[in-house]
Amino acid sequence: MIAEFGLAALWLSAALAGLQLLAGFLGLRQSGSELSALVRPAAVTQALLCALSFGALLLLFARTDLSVALVAKNSHSDKPFIFKLAGAWGNHEGSMLLWVTVMALAGGLIAFLERRLPERTMLATLASQAFVGLGFYAFLLISSNPFERLVPAAAEGAGLNPLLQDIGLALHPPTLYFGYVGLSIAFSFAVGALLTRQVTPDFAKVMRPWVLGAWIFLTLGITAGSYWAYYELGWGGWWFWDPVENASLMPWLAATALLHSVSVLASRDALRAWTIMLGVVAFSMSMIGTFLVRSGILTSVHAFAVDPERGTFILVLLAIYIGGALALFAFRAGTIAEGERFSVLSREGALVVNNVALSAILGIVLLGTLYPLLTEAFDVRVSVGPPYFNPVGAIFFLPMLVVLAIGPLLRWRRDSFARIRLPVIAIAVVGSAVLLAGWLIAGIALMPLLGMSLAAAVAVGSFLPLRGRSLRRLPLPVWGMVIAHFGIAVALFGMAADTAFTREKLVAAQVGETARVGPWSVKLASVDPVAGPNWTALEARLLASYRGGGEHELKPQARSFWTPPQQTSESALLTRWNGQLYAVIGGEAEGGRWQLRLWWKPFVTWIWYGGVLIALGGFLALLGRLSGDLRRRSAQAKIAARRAPETVSEPVEVVA
Amino acid sequence: MTSALKPKHQRLVLILVAVAALIAAALLAAWALRNQASYFYVPSDMAANPPEAGQAVRLGGMVEAGSLKTLADGVTIEFVVGDGTARVPVIFSGIVPDLFVEGSGVVAEGSLRPDGTFKADNLLAKHDENYMPRELEDMSAAQKREAVAETQ
Repeated sequence: MIAEFGLAALWLSAALAGLQLLAGFLGLRQSGSELSALVRPAAVTQALLCALSFGALLLLFARTDLSVALVAKNSHSDKPFIFKLAGAWGNHEGSMLLWVTVMALAGGLIAFLERRLPERTMLATLASQAFVGLGFYAFLLISSNPFERLVPAAAEGAGLNPLLQDIGLALHPPTLYFGYVGLSIAFSFAVGALLTRQVTPDFAKVMRPWVLGAWIFLTLGITAGSYWAYYELGWGGWWFWDPVENASLMPWLAATALLHSVSVLASRDALRAWTIMLGVVAFSMSMIGTFLVRSGILTSVHAFAVDPERGTFILVLLAIYIGGALALFAFRAGTIAEGERFSVLSREGALVVNNVALSAILGIVLLGTLYPLLTEAFDVRVSVGPPYFNPVGAIFFLPMLVVLAIGPLLRWRRDSFARIRLPVIAIAVVGSAVLLAGWLIAGIALMPLLGMSLAAAVAVGSFLPLRGRSLRRLPLPVWGMVIAHFGIAVALFGMAADTAFTREKLVAAQVGETARVGPWSVKLASVDPVAGPNWTALEARLLASYRGGGEHELKPQARSFWTPPQQTSESALLTRWNGQLYAVIGGEAEGGRWQLRLWWKPFVTWIWYGGVLIALGGFLALLGRLSGDLRRRSAQAKIAARRAPETVSEPVEVVA
Repeated sequence: MTSALKPKHQRLVLILVAVAALIAAALLAAWALRNQASYFYVPSDMAANPPEAGQAVRLGGMVEAGSLKTLADGVTIEFVVGDGTARVPVIFSGIVPDLFVEGSGVVAEGSLRPDGTFKADNLLAKHDENYMPRELEDMSAAQKREAVAETQ
């Protein structure tokens, strides 16, 4: 019953999306059409139904209903409860249902909350959201039905890929999806504004909090995903330039650029066409990412299904949506009036550099990600990794960081170098001091050295905008900017320090033997068998001491799962403020020895602290914008109330 | 300076700057991709047309039965990867993937040393029935049978 209910709810919400599109479209053509009153309720109801449908899938997984094909394929009654739930989106169909659910919720939320846009732009926006949604409903219902029954029901489920049986899975995909798919709002706003030709600062003020919200989730999702890969894969790396990682990075780069350009549009009424373009590009990158991940073109933990039919389906959707939006942009961009002008040396100028650099990095990542697919067409097999991405990306990333350190000091419209000379000198001195010290004293390699120097410069530069301002009266969005920029510095320092100072040790040790790695001495105390709910493991007990200090215990495991039969290594981590000791146990070597792989990774945790700070900055900015809007709204209500006695208007009759 | 320009001109300048930067990025990327992409070799390719020593490439094939040796340090292994026509000796230090066994497929990431040995930095083995390196999946069934028959 639950499965049928879920499927019916899904069909209904797809039908409502159709209604929303049609009513919105007709309402646009004929202003004042009664149909346009249907659009908002349709969007809200669609969101509720879609959420119910997803709830039904969660319930099926919670109860391990093996008469449903998806559950039987991806779950198992022995699995811990939290992983049963998380299993609902740890597969192709479930994750696509999560995708349309987030899309419907996003559309429902704007329909329910957003009252500031001109009604026509709102109609166009919701129609566009429904149009994109429809394609994915069709994809889900036609080629990936999550509620398909299995006759006869399976006796037991096939289990979930052990790599996915981790608390990271419970958090990482939903967070990432809220960001990824949340960007669909930016796309719909952009299309809506193009259709009605209303690209104004007010429009940007409406769009900004939604972009910020999606961007915060995306930032957290990438940060969590990176940490998950770091400890779960047991390879000691935190970013592999895997196509799947790139698929999440590309929308983030576009959204970051959009976030900054939408601010310029809101504050200064400049960069109009460019902002619209970025709105289209950001969600296009999400869709391209989905295509790469879900079409089976790539093999990875994330590619659940290798199915050419699905790949073709998504490719067609991509062509329609991205092609359509870009064509609309090409036709309409010329009719968007020129925005305000600004001088090169101004806040806008700095933000243009930021935008161009981010777009260039986006292009570089995109080309690198697609290149293996292109060469494969000519039967040449290549893979593209860090030797390409790191140096080529850095060529644009490093200058962007310089601008990031200085840009926030500049005033809008025009500024003079003389005014900001002192802080710029301070930033330059700190950066150069770190550069020289790192080079002469520590002998660090070029790339991490540049990274550290710029991290220091950005850290100083991020706080300088606070100079001479009352901290208590500083608006929240400024705090948000300061903290997010500081987060970039923190993360960058973590990356550079990890690259420069990591120590690795690979040994085959007898029980009782001690290995040294960096400042640590690690003793293999014992190796014992242990058992979990759906696995058994060999667990090493390691006693680690930092510079001869007290002993800490680490217990890395080599786990064997039986549903499905697979082995994974569970790394063990010991965190200090200045880094992490990372231990992995391998197989048994000759003579009763055990393979151990140990890393000492100084300041590696700062990468993720930085990521969290960046998201926190975004959150503060969002909070500031929302409270500002609320204050304005209540002030307007007061003014309206005061005026009301003078101009009494007839209540408008609402047609049901 | 720029503020003295007419509105039309400022937009033009912005577009030109953006386009120039993006073209520069694309050219740079194209150049770097040609040089930095790591190519995939099977042993017979590697014998016929070896990559430069030190260049990052990937080598895929079957681990020959009886070729796997662990050195005295307990963490370095040597084995031979073959595809039925050619054989390449490989050396690797590290923890091997769980499903890495003789007679099964492997993709090794690393580079060729001047002495003709392949120094692997990373090994990718078939993970389970559903997850295997793409190159192995696409290696023709005949090639696989040959490789296995050869080594049995």
